Amino acid sequence: MSDTKTFVYINRKAPYGSVYALESLEVVLIGAAFEQDVKLVFMDDGVFQLTKGQNPSGIGMKNFSKTYAALGDYDVNQIYVDEDSLKERGLTLDDLQPLVYEDEDDDWAEKDSIKLVTREQISDVIESADVLLNF
Amino acid sequence: MSTLHTVNKSAFERNSLDTCLSVCKTDGSVLLIEDAVVSALQDTGISAKIEKAVDSGIKFFALREDLEARGLPEQRVLDKITLVDYSGFVDLVTKNDRVQNWL
Repeated sequence: MSDTKTFVYINRKAPYGSVYALESLEVVLIGAAFEQDVKLVFMDDGVFQLTKGQNPSGIGMKNFSKTYAALGDYDVNQIYVDEDSLKERGLTLDDLQPLVYEDEDDDWAEKDSIKLVTREQISDVIESADVLLNF
Repeated sequence: MSTLHTVNKSAFERNSLDTCLSVCKTDGSVLLIEDAVVSALQDTGISAKIEKAVDSGIKFFALREDLEARGLPEQRVLDKITLVDYSGFVDLVTKNDRVQNWL
């Protein structure tokens, strides 16, 4: 389909301190309805958006981190997490919530959406973009 | 296929420029705008990083209006950085395939 474009969303800010993370997630979900090729990148403090066990009730905010789990159902399953950013912040893949999707081309097998990547791979993701959105 | 990267925050305060340079291809361009123009000056802790990037092939630009607004004279800008005005900014956008804005 020639009118399909690759949308790359780059997330570089921690959640709750600013509205970027929540706004990004909302735009991704809206965009997902248009059946485009969608890729998400989490790097720098953006990796904190995906941590397990978030509980912002004490600061009077909504826990939107649960919404990331729905991305797979919207065919948003290319989620790239920068390995260096995790490492620099003392985090590993185990600190992040698992994000999965069901692969319709593989008998609906459940697969991981998150891929740990290097800066060079992120560079290639950026170069693959028709549209780049930054949050 | 080339990418124009814009950076709008001071490299003395944020890591945006570092992150940008870590993913910028050698055929890419970087344009410093808004507060990021303070990163364009000679003899700073950042100068060597920018010169190294230019030597690798990356083209570096800074927005003249933002330097002027901050009282930063052209003579103080690194020789390896090309100054552009707003219409030069538009030219850069049109000459590249995409624009990546490092917020």
